[in-house]
Amino acid sequence: MKQGAGPHLRRNLTVLAVVSVVYLVVAMSVTNSYYQLILTLVPVWALFGVSWNILSGYGGQLSFGHASFFGIGAYAVTLGVVYWSLSPWLGIPLGMVLAGLAAIAIGFPTFRLRGHYFALSMLAYPLAILYVMQYLGFQEVSMPMHRESGLRFMEFSEPRIYTLLAVLLLVGGVAVSLVIENSRFGLALLAIRQNELAAEAAGINARLWKMRSLVVSGMMGAVAGGFYARVLLVVTPDSVFGMLVSAQAVVVTLFGGVASVWGPVIGAAILVPLAETLQAELGTYLPGIQGVVYGIAIIAIMLLSPDGLYWTIGDRWFRRAAPDGIPDLGPDLEPLPPPVRRASTHAAGPLLQVEGLSRAFGGLRAVSDVSFSITEGEILGIIGPNGAGKTTLFNVLNGVLAADEGSARLDGQALLGRKTFEVCRMGVGRTFQVVRSFPRLSVLDNVIVGAYGAGLADREAIAQAVRALHQVGLQDRSGVPAGQLTNKQLRLMELARALAGHPRLLLLDETLAGLGREECDDVLGVLARVRTQGMTICIIEHTMHAMMRLADRFVVLDHGRVLATGLPRAVVEDASVIEAYLGKKWLARRDA
Amino acid sequence: MDLEILIENVLNAVTAGITIGCIYGLMCIGLGLIFGIMRIVNFAQGELLMLGMFASFYLVSEGRVLSFLGPYWGPFIGAMSAAPLIFTGGALLHKFLISRVSGLRTVGSLDEGHFGQLVVTLGISLILQNGGQILFGSTPVAVRTPLSSEAFLIGPVYHGATVFLNKAKLVAFFVAVLAAVVLYVTLEYTRLGKALRAAADNPTAATYMGIDVDRAYRIAFGLGSGITAVAGGLMATYISFTPFVGFDYVIIMYSGVVLGGMGSIFGAFWGGVTVGFVQQFSALILPPQLQNAAIFVVFLMIVLLRPQGLFGRSAERA
Repeated sequence: MKQGAGPHLRRNLTVLAVVSVVYLVVAMSVTNSYYQLILTLVPVWALFGVSWNILSGYGGQLSFGHASFFGIGAYAVTLGVVYWSLSPWLGIPLGMVLAGLAAIAIGFPTFRLRGHYFALSMLAYPLAILYVMQYLGFQEVSMPMHRESGLRFMEFSEPRIYTLLAVLLLVGGVAVSLVIENSRFGLALLAIRQNELAAEAAGINARLWKMRSLVVSGMMGAVAGGFYARVLLVVTPDSVFGMLVSAQAVVVTLFGGVASVWGPVIGAAILVPLAETLQAELGTYLPGIQGVVYGIAIIAIMLLSPDGLYWTIGDRWFRRAAPDGIPDLGPDLEPLPPPVRRASTHAAGPLLQVEGLSRAFGGLRAVSDVSFSITEGEILGIIGPNGAGKTTLFNVLNGVLAADEGSARLDGQALLGRKTFEVCRMGVGRTFQVVRSFPRLSVLDNVIVGAYGAGLADREAIAQAVRALHQVGLQDRSGVPAGQLTNKQLRLMELARALAGHPRLLLLDETLAGLGREECDDVLGVLARVRTQGMTICIIEHTMHAMMRLADRFVVLDHGRVLATGLPRAVVEDASVIEAYLGKKWLARRDA
Repeated sequence: MDLEILIENVLNAVTAGITIGCIYGLMCIGLGLIFGIMRIVNFAQGELLMLGMFASFYLVSEGRVLSFLGPYWGPFIGAMSAAPLIFTGGALLHKFLISRVSGLRTVGSLDEGHFGQLVVTLGISLILQNGGQILFGSTPVAVRTPLSSEAFLIGPVYHGATVFLNKAKLVAFFVAVLAAVVLYVTLEYTRLGKALRAAADNPTAATYMGIDVDRAYRIAFGLGSGITAVAGGLMATYISFTPFVGFDYVIIMYSGVVLGGMGSIFGAFWGGVTVGFVQQFSALILPPQLQNAAIFVVFLMIVLLRPQGLFGRSAERA
């Protein structure tokens, strides 16, 4: 549950009820059948926009091929009626099932791609289906009339009934979208959109959530398509699989407001009547006017207010609700218990045991035959000059990169070969050299992502996140968007996010980088406190000075190899370490 | 007897693959400049191709501006004349729209501005397609030249197997190769070309070196548009087209550029040739309606089997 989600959900549902009743009252008083058709199409396209928004708005997986699902729904309903006399009441659910299966088939390979490659590939699916449909001879399929059993075939002489049904479908879609927005589903999608790697490192299975969002989104798109076919009575491959269909979902959502459930509704309510009216008035002279309107609308919105009307208007005329403080969790807020070591056969062994780890990039051996271990409760400092392979070592340990050779065991369990989110769930928390936050989420939500990653239920997750924020001393900033934090606060927030997952081992990558002397002291203080609560920490750091105060033991890396291991004092005196850091001349002068 | 037909079909697929492939190659160089080198995701590249076709059509067939050149020279001169027109159009597009979502403005943003580029060029594409329908109508047209119905015959090579070389495609092939070579030399060896590549490769550094990056981008975008338009003009001599022709080719272009390797002009050309070959060979086994579907499958396979392509790294730096 996102912070304060309960009241938001209730308020949004109230707004939804009021808006749909008002819309229906207006729609019922319209008698002109053409305007009635437009009033029916507005909720249909809004529903399609809402479905696109789940995948591409919240999840940020820009799809230019949502027509795949719309078309599958449309053809399922139409071919069902034509060939099997299947009632559209069953045809639409059939379309949903087929679209869900198609979503899995499409998502499985396509989610390997990111960004614009994903967007372009999604475009290819509906266009490929379009040609296949033409090949199969479904150029233009009309639905036969069944006057004697109109209800069974969703066939009404009164056009206002279609408007009513369309609104009901949209209400259902908006409700689903609202539930997603206010649950861990929505938070996971927002986190993935803002920083996929950070979400993975916080224990979120990005592939799985993206796949779920595609399936939900595809099924909802099929409902819109199936109903559209029923209203228009005729489908052609171009009218349901064509580019303009996919574009319509993109345009109404971006125009109205991306990643808000109201965005596509607002966008459709403005653009659909505008485009349809222009098409009707001017279509004979200007046959493509509809597409031109959509094109202009989307360019204008992108250049003038890239988040869409909802957010722009919200920012300008309604000050967003002041950030909520820390939620009151009652008296049961107890300090975090120390991490419990799971019963294990290796009770006496080290917590982390790394042996012979190697990773090469082409000819460069970034990590080469590295072995070390970490005992429970200690702070191990990994130091070394730039390019020594420190960050690569972390990336291999937490599954961002695959190892070429070697092994790593956490309490006896193999770490390597697991995905990043799995490593996190095994109890390895991680922060990054360059802070990876979710800038548009509040600090508390950022940390809750980490708690969800550990598989906690809503209430527990919030409590855990609040505890973690107390631990690092950020409790006063919990309602602020992460984008507004200072560097030090970001570092602490990332630490809190890792702590919220209740890790047994923390991998901290240059947590002190870019901090001033006093800030550095503050963060060191927090780390010392976390450590006294029983945490085991492995930290990468450049500055010897800070490390001397913090670490119990050093591992020195140079050119991917372990140069020295041991107590800080001894390591600093080690000749080879001095050489790596300061050069041979320095060594010669010292010895002289 | 069957062998004879097979040999004839394969040989004709090879020659058609080479001629059409090189024209695709030229088309891909245009996108290679914009997407491969400048890293701008241009969804409207197919519409630039379409504009090239119609520019040639109006210059040669409909507007008759170039009709004094006769039906043999006219269409090909017309195709080349599309270049300055669409160059100007592309440069203006960049100045007023594309520059606002690319280049120095998006350096360092999370996705390098790709989201904005996709959306804005989707808008441009919608406007050009549908606006094209308003201006040019939706009846298929073609640039008429008697060459498109004439062919050189080679053979019989094996018993009765004969190779047909369509004259329009052959001339278009020579023009395409010539244009590609000229462009390659310009980009690799002239001062302008070096400035363009430097600006594209690292806009921030190029600014410090005194290169007017905005201007360089504008020229490069214009060039990319113009080159694709010439390829469109050449294709207009042997296919018929409507304002909606762009989509079929935008996928082909991306396939070619990704296959050939991002950032390489030569690679983009080679990628286009390969896709042309695949398309012609798919014609041997697939019914005509499915050939376009086959191209989409090829595109998906290229981006899926080489998720980071023949270029760059896929893993983020953590």
